Amino acid sequence: MFHNLLVLIHHDILITLRQAYSWLTPLLFFVLVVCLFPLALGPDTETLNKIAPGIIWVAALLAILMSLGNIFRNDVHEGYLDLILLSSTPLTLLVFCKVISHWITHCLPLILISPLLGVLLNLNNTEELTLITTLLLGTPVLCLLGAIGSALIVSVRTQGLLLPILIMPLYIPVLIFSTSAMMAASLHQPLSAYFAILGAIALFTLVFAPFLTSAALRIGVNQ
Amino acid sequence: MWHWLNQKFLAPKSFYANSAKLIPWIALAFALCFSYGLFAGLFIAPADYQQGDGFRIIYVHVPSAFTAMAIYFSMAVFAVFTLVFRVKVAAIGMSCSAKIGAWFTFLALITGSIWGKPMWGTWWIWDARLTSVLILLFLYFGFIALQSVIPNQQTRDRAGALMAIVGVINLPIIHYSVIWWNTLHQGPTLSKFAKPSIAPAMLYPLLAMIAAFLLFYALTLLLRMRNQILLREINSQWVAELIHE
Amino acid sequence: MNNFSMGGYGYYVWSAYFITLFVFGINLFPIFFEKIKIKKIIREHLLKKRL
Repeated sequence: MFHNLLVLIHHDILITLRQAYSWLTPLLFFVLVVCLFPLALGPDTETLNKIAPGIIWVAALLAILMSLGNIFRNDVHEGYLDLILLSSTPLTLLVFCKVISHWITHCLPLILISPLLGVLLNLNNTEELTLITTLLLGTPVLCLLGAIGSALIVSVRTQGLLLPILIMPLYIPVLIFSTSAMMAASLHQPLSAYFAILGAIALFTLVFAPFLTSAALRIGVNQ
Repeated sequence: MWHWLNQKFLAPKSFYANSAKLIPWIALAFALCFSYGLFAGLFIAPADYQQGDGFRIIYVHVPSAFTAMAIYFSMAVFAVFTLVFRVKVAAIGMSCSAKIGAWFTFLALITGSIWGKPMWGTWWIWDARLTSVLILLFLYFGFIALQSVIPNQQTRDRAGALMAIVGVINLPIIHYSVIWWNTLHQGPTLSKFAKPSIAPAMLYPLLAMIAAFLLFYALTLLLRMRNQILLREINSQWVAELIHE
Repeated sequence: MNNFSMGGYGYYVWSAYFITLFVFGINLFPIFFEKIKIKKIIREHLLKKRL
């Protein structure tokens, strides 16, 4: 069983990596949005340093939202999902694997490149570390929550900006705690409380979201 | 037991018949609470010692914010009945609630902003209550947008129900994170907007207004649901009989 | 009974109350018009079914 899941994740990652377009565009989007802010606000390092957490986090959040739109899309169109629904594999597990592989292919590159963007926005070492930690704890939550919305509207033809409208309000707690952690880091305050809350949110979402996503997928496919 | 309840109250036909009997009483109770609340709130309640007569906006702001939250929770209850028990009427109630709830949220934002102008000197401050009401408005918009793009009736009901449940699980987390965020960034200017110490003469109109807002929700919900029931049961015999009467 | 100027806050207080009444109005009254419209739709639908 466990082996099957690993095979599934591996398979998904391979498919995504072959289409560079699908995982490179969110990354480029992320970098571009972050670079727009210094151009819009002026190159003053102090101002940029102050708003860096907000910029990086909002940009990451938008990039992930953009990438989530087609997480189940191909599986539904190619009829792969119908096969899964007929097979004995629980849909919840499949969904869980999909989200994990999506996180590895779409969020991990963002996290890996974020220290570089931190350098552009004059973050010091503690802030860089905090940024990476909050991204590591927060992005899985973003993926898991976004997957619910993506599954619900999987068969809707003209999605447009529906997914961001649906899901963005649910991202607010993660955004608040992550950016507050980074502000606390810049003021040399203790950070464990922020990480604890973010971790708690991550675990809570990890437990409930896959079930809701599989329920949403059953509803969404059926139209 | 469940079958009996379903036949007696929850089937669209019996719900339509029973709600007709209930509506006049709700309307009467609403009229009583609302007229007392309006009059007492505007004229009988003493002026606040800090905010003067400006605090009287509390009698429309707090009830609308409270009702907006309550409507979202009621939507989640309807959602459970839709998903678990497949009650048709619950799905109708849920989508009708969303529209009323969005209006109440809008009202809470507008009155809060009008209250803020004389108290803070500006129309908008990122205060905890206003911010969480704003997020609630976005949640309502998301729900309405989701339901408006799905063509199939049954899918629309069930997708909306799932979204309402996801929203209601998140709502407390969002609410407390916003409160926490607000205390973290709070400046000294906000102290003037602290909750007025409520004297009984101030409290009774507030309770009456909250009751009136909830009753108004119930009233418009039933009226809207009756319309939707007619539209959805367009092919059934009882609707045809009702129309030809 | 105090005066209607509400100690200088009258402008804000009264506008808040009137907006409330307005929102209540546009929530309540269109439902009745909608009902007339829906009955008409159903009547046409029934006629079409009979033909």
